[in-house]
Amino acid sequence: MKDLLTIEDLKRADVQRITARAESFAEVGRRDIKKVPTLRGRTVVNLFYESSTRTSSSFELAAKRLSADVVTVKAAGSSVDKGESLKDTIATLSAYGPEAIVIRSPHAGAANLVTGWTDAAVINAGDGKHEHPSQALLDVYTLQQRLGALDGKKIWIVGDVLHSRVARSCAMAFQLMGAAVTVCGPPTLIPRGFSEAVGCEVAYDLSDLGEADVVYALRMQRERMAESFVPSIREYAARYQIDSRRLGSRQLLMHPGPVNRGIELSPEVIDGPSSLITAQVESGLVVRMAILYELLAGGEPRGGVRSDEELPAPTPIGEPA
Amino acid sequence: MSPAERPISALDWRGSGAEAEDVLVLRRAGILDPAAGIEGVHDVVVRAGKIAELAAPDAGEAPGAEVVDAEGLSVFPAFFDPHVHLRTPGGEDAEDIATGTRAAAAGGYCGLLAMANTDPPVDDAGAIVALRDRARQEAAVPTGFLACVTRGMRGEELTEMAELADAGAAGLSDDGLPITSARVLRRALQYQRLAGLQIALHEEDPELSAGSAMHEGVVSAALGIAGIPSVSESTMIARDATLAGYEDARLHVQHLSARESVDAVAAAKAGGIAVTCEATPHHLTLTDEEVKSLDSRFKMNPPLRSEDDRQALIEGLRSGTIDCVATDHAPHPVEHKEVPFEQAAMGVTGLETAFSVLYTELVRPGVLELATLVERMGAGARPFGLVPATLAPDSEANLVLFDAEAEWEVGADGWESRSHNSCFTGLRLRGRVLMTVAGGRVAYRQRAFAMAVAP
Repeated sequence: MKDLLTIEDLKRADVQRITARAESFAEVGRRDIKKVPTLRGRTVVNLFYESSTRTSSSFELAAKRLSADVVTVKAAGSSVDKGESLKDTIATLSAYGPEAIVIRSPHAGAANLVTGWTDAAVINAGDGKHEHPSQALLDVYTLQQRLGALDGKKIWIVGDVLHSRVARSCAMAFQLMGAAVTVCGPPTLIPRGFSEAVGCEVAYDLSDLGEADVVYALRMQRERMAESFVPSIREYAARYQIDSRRLGSRQLLMHPGPVNRGIELSPEVIDGPSSLITAQVESGLVVRMAILYELLAGGEPRGGVRSDEELPAPTPIGEPA
Repeated sequence: MSPAERPISALDWRGSGAEAEDVLVLRRAGILDPAAGIEGVHDVVVRAGKIAELAAPDAGEAPGAEVVDAEGLSVFPAFFDPHVHLRTPGGEDAEDIATGTRAAAAGGYCGLLAMANTDPPVDDAGAIVALRDRARQEAAVPTGFLACVTRGMRGEELTEMAELADAGAAGLSDDGLPITSARVLRRALQYQRLAGLQIALHEEDPELSAGSAMHEGVVSAALGIAGIPSVSESTMIARDATLAGYEDARLHVQHLSARESVDAVAAAKAGGIAVTCEATPHHLTLTDEEVKSLDSRFKMNPPLRSEDDRQALIEGLRSGTIDCVATDHAPHPVEHKEVPFEQAAMGVTGLETAFSVLYTELVRPGVLELATLVERMGAGARPFGLVPATLAPDSEANLVLFDAEAEWEVGADGWESRSHNSCFTGLRLRGRVLMTVAGGRVAYRQRAFAMAVAP
């Protein structure tokens, strides 16, 4: 695998390989010294055109845990602010010879476009409302840790599907791993053609939510009200909020964060025993380590960029090799 | 008021005001002019700016003539494009009058109309006079300039339509933007009784389309890109056709893209409303499936739509609901396209590929009759009061020499246009324009053909 651009590009075996690798990194994370030398001497550039806490920090930490040198560039305060085009920014950053560029952009297809302008592996950390593949992979990993295989599981994705790259990537990834996905939300917030495009079920109310093994709630932004997608946050919460009344005791709860407490989720379920929200964040680190490993150390050596030397196994620094 | 019919050469170009001196004999050409009912193998004799004679094979003679062996080649009436962006003034890094009209000649066009959404927009008589003057110096084929319907294309106040008509505007359009106010459009349609100019409309309801970048459908749902629904076009067509009927006015609907739009135009025509319309080669041959690549060359407005919409456009072109082909040739500099899809400029070039694309994709597979395509390629002159090109003897010589068997790769030989944002680049096409005669003058010779026939 050269780049990670979309879930659409992946096969089941690819996902399995990455989540299995993440599991081995989770073991490393439980040691005193959490760093391995796998990517020593290699450079990872994080290029973020949108604000992000989880994705940006976990990619940065993931690269550091693998001993890579990391540069994080945020659009605010950079030459992007001065009107530099994406192409020129990539040319500039590529001049440092990075092995990987992690990019988040407000525009669909940005990561794909970047692959044509750099030799580095490109990781899509969110492109517009299109895809967010590393989020979907960490969600698959989180569920595998809890449920084992996803085959035959029923997963409901609830909320603002229209504006959500997470919904699109997760629906495809969950189905790839054998789950049955239903997206649910107000009719104004589910794109025309979504069911056909993604191959999932569509529901407009929560009456059948009881069938779900997993309820994945999406972030509902207040500004959607002003754009008349929903009449009011109050009506949205009344119809779609996941609370302890709606969430059964055997159903698992997920959310990509950041959560609007009291809108898409009630406080008691966020902190309740069914919630995997904190586990998702923990998974984010090891899955992103596994993604970097997959692209930079996992496959065949990349022409001209990498040497032919054997890459060392992920032995923690400071422990006997 | 019924528009006076003028010859295409009455538009402005380098040939304006001078006698055409080119004398040509196209020997043994397979000629086809469906509108005039002419078909067969003849020697075509061009002299003094006119089709002097359609002589029997090998019988055509003219003193001092350049004789072209046209055995196995076709001659059609040259095409007319009522929808071109020459980007002058203000966008000369993308195109100018010289390069855009050369591109037209290379595509077999003997005339075109330039849109007014320039920078600044063409909204006063002085701008029209200046552009006409430039065209008389630089334009390779007769070129008409449209002026805006509203000042600054703001959709609020009418331009001085009568003065613009006197200054020689070829029509009116706010193309690029719809006229959202029904009140403003109604006033323009009323005022048309005085000014007489055709009004061409870009039909789109921004209330339904704002913030979007491609056709709303399964592909946009998969890509997470906000969609432009088909009904943003058809609802406006229905509104404006109703207004035109009420005011006994005429209007021309630009670049139809959707089935609902074809239906709306058909209903208006059936109701006796004086509405004409056009469709582009890209809407007739491509769908939103192309956008899956997120390649910005497939971004234009209106967007590529579904296969069902494409089939409706083809059927509309066949039946005559769609009057003509127009390219909406929209050049953009590279840096406006080398960006993520949602940020990229809307528009594709089209003049140099239009006929070959439609011939390859629709005529050769048997979807559309050659005669129908030839007629629709020239018919865009009529809604603007111009006489379409014809091969009838004694008419103005506007013709295209076409090699139906030639094979070529789009873009491989470069472009006449200053911009290269074609959605057909790399496609292998059958059939190529070898020579274009406009107003009795040779406006274009394909390079390899010119070399081959050079003495």
